[in-house]
Amino acid sequence: MKIGGEILTMHHISKSFLGVKALSNVDFTLRAGEIHALMGENGAGKSTLIKVLTGAEEFESGEIRIAGKPIINRSPQEAQLNGISTVYQEINLCPNLSVAENLFLGRQPQKHGAIDWKTMYKKAKEAFEALDINIDVTSTLDNYSLAIQQMVAIARAVDISSRVLILDEPTSSLDDSEVEKLFSIMRKLKECGLGIIFVTHFIEQVYKICDRITVLRNGELVGEYEVGNLPRVQLVARMMGKDFEGLAEIKRHEAGTEEDNAATVIEARGLGCTGKVKPFDLNVSKGDVIGISGLLGSGRSELARVIYGADKPDTGELKMNDKKLDIRAPLDAVRSGIAFLPENRKEEGVIGDLSVRENIVLALQARKGIFRLLGKKEQEEFTDRYMDILKIKASDREAPVKRLSGGNQQKVVLARWLLTNPDFLILDEPTRGIDIGTKNEIQRLIVNLAKEGKAVIFISSEIEEMLRTCNRMVVMRDSSKVGELSNNEITQENIMKAIAGGNAS
Amino acid sequence: MNDTELRWQRFEHKKVMSLIKEKLLGHNFLLFVTVALFVVMYIAGLFVYKDKNFGNMQVFLNLLISNAGLIITSVGMTMVLIIAGIDISVGSVVAVTCMMLASMMEKGKIDALPAIAIVLLFGIAFGAIQGWFIAYMKLQPFIVTLAGMFFARGLTAVISLEMITITNKTFLSIAQHKMYLPFGGSLNKRGVMIYPYVYPTVAAALIILVLAFIMLRYTKFGRSIYAVGGSEQSAMLMGLNVKRIKFLVYIINGFLASLGGVAFCLNTTGAFVELAKGFEMEAIAATVIGGTPLTGGVGNVFGTLFGVLIKATIETFVSFQGTLSSWWSKIIIAALLAFFIILQSLLTMRKERQR
Repeated sequence: MKIGGEILTMHHISKSFLGVKALSNVDFTLRAGEIHALMGENGAGKSTLIKVLTGAEEFESGEIRIAGKPIINRSPQEAQLNGISTVYQEINLCPNLSVAENLFLGRQPQKHGAIDWKTMYKKAKEAFEALDINIDVTSTLDNYSLAIQQMVAIARAVDISSRVLILDEPTSSLDDSEVEKLFSIMRKLKECGLGIIFVTHFIEQVYKICDRITVLRNGELVGEYEVGNLPRVQLVARMMGKDFEGLAEIKRHEAGTEEDNAATVIEARGLGCTGKVKPFDLNVSKGDVIGISGLLGSGRSELARVIYGADKPDTGELKMNDKKLDIRAPLDAVRSGIAFLPENRKEEGVIGDLSVRENIVLALQARKGIFRLLGKKEQEEFTDRYMDILKIKASDREAPVKRLSGGNQQKVVLARWLLTNPDFLILDEPTRGIDIGTKNEIQRLIVNLAKEGKAVIFISSEIEEMLRTCNRMVVMRDSSKVGELSNNEITQENIMKAIAGGNAS
Repeated sequence: MNDTELRWQRFEHKKVMSLIKEKLLGHNFLLFVTVALFVVMYIAGLFVYKDKNFGNMQVFLNLLISNAGLIITSVGMTMVLIIAGIDISVGSVVAVTCMMLASMMEKGKIDALPAIAIVLLFGIAFGAIQGWFIAYMKLQPFIVTLAGMFFARGLTAVISLEMITITNKTFLSIAQHKMYLPFGGSLNKRGVMIYPYVYPTVAAALIILVLAFIMLRYTKFGRSIYAVGGSEQSAMLMGLNVKRIKFLVYIINGFLASLGGVAFCLNTTGAFVELAKGFEMEAIAATVIGGTPLTGGVGNVFGTLFGVLIKATIETFVSFQGTLSSWWSKIIIAALLAFFIILQSLLTMRKERQR
């Protein structure tokens, strides 16, 4: 079936959470018989738009029309009655019931006032055969893989209402063959005239299956494009908010040292963690500042977390200074001289109620063990030294950290790790939410650390920042490492091409 | 035998084995273990207590007679556990219904049938209040029913601190009405054919059991109970009114607790404050031994019946044995409970590994 008329239009939708605009004046149009990708970085407003559409959240202004008729969905059930069904990444089915029951729950076929199990099984079998899925419908759902469960969810959604189907990140936990299977089902449904909204961050998949793309950024509509008219690089540029044509060459600050024969500090071979980051190789040498770039949600932080052991790797091996490292818990990493500044400093970094001093000595104390207490005097000495080096602005060293500004809190975390004299630092978004001046200071500090012979991994959403400080750049896409650029190759254009992947032009 | 036949046989064997494996490892496995355990225990009893006539039909029926109230209460408990809830007030509800019955008939001069109707309505109201707090106010079922347990026990004492013996004629005639089975009789010493009998409470318990089975298996509401137990969040997103389902389950449970109380009272024909203490725990134990885990989503009322029967058989063994203190039956039940809980968690772990 050819792509038909508009079945769903969302017009000027706005929504804010606690005064922060999550969506402002977003338009979205879906046609019958098309697969429409909804793209954007994490936090771009994809989920909010979907929630508004399915009635999980209310919108403040705007209008939603189904087949020209304005509707208001107050709950997912109401959305379903209006012909909009959603299949989420997490399966919302009952694992203890049979496949057939999950398909028909709440609308089981009945005979003489009792549930007619025979008919139900027969109908379920037919429904799945129509989608080319051959499974035992009498078996309980928890006997099946996530992929099958997802397909059961889709079958249910389609069986209930068949106008608009929303697939919210359905492929995140599927392997390649399962994705293929899902796509063939999507194509079938498209043939039947369904409009499918496909929310994903897998660029490749979008180009494989979708007809149209709508891009959001920071809660605003960037545009709607036909897939054929939007090269991948352009898509990435639009998602990141860069004007691809006018990319300025950024002059590098002071790059890390560039010795070819510097000693290797960290060597990862096939390191990976199922569901978080696919196996990757990585070499980090003394004096390296390695940037990790990719779209938000492409596995940048995950890569760092796996090296640090915050997420336990299940494949590959990690060597540090040529010795095999067996990191079971973050403390092992601390003991081996790895420091990690997490992305989310409020939740994972500082402990707000403790003082600047206590926060700073925390990691060193943990490394030494609780039975070898650092003397008070020693603690004060360390604190004063680092408050001085990093220019931490606090009323005094006993002030609770929560009273400090974001930039100073970040410096406290940094001081904590520097105190342990690590060989290798992982800094995940160390400059987020910090004023320009402090940002520059931190960038300079990173370069200086590298000059001292430490190895650094630096993750930032701002490419410019990494361009200034890094001598190598790792590019992530869809949870896997897809490329590595070094020195002169590191330009915005090259990075974006690598992120876009495929035969990008 | 030629080669094809042999291969065919092997294939058939494989098919049967995989079918058995699948069935055994499915949700029916726990029920299967329970039934098997009861059968093994019963057969063992036939040999060990041959001289004491353990094989007599009446001995078996006595298991049902002395536990009719427990069966009824446990059916309600099964539904509560399937939605992953809990109700520890049922013992006190049994006590208070029994006390109310006795008091109304002996002091209030209300006849048996209206008195029974009143206590059943009380049970429904009691379940509704608890259910409202749990389903609509989202309070922890353990805490709500803990309060309910204290309240009902306190109410029992407020009605009467003295033991009340029931003398109401209608009530006693129901309690003592023997319903003879048309088969299974044996000759007594004088050569007269004696048929085994049950009391109306057993008939009521079996009717409730069958009705509950039909409801759980063949009605949308029954299936919704399982769905809520499997995943509340999913059930809600699949369009079920989760709150209402939970509310109704606690109402049914309240009703069955008071009906269990009536059956209990017909057995004791008297009421006192300490009546049916720990009864709620017996109901939970019987349900869990019957294959309904506390985690919800799975369960079967016939399993619960066998759970009660296992408990009753152990008690019979201990009393037949003669020299053991009756408290030994508690220790054996404790061991059984531990066994079943470990079995359940092993099964869950195995399933998770498989995926």
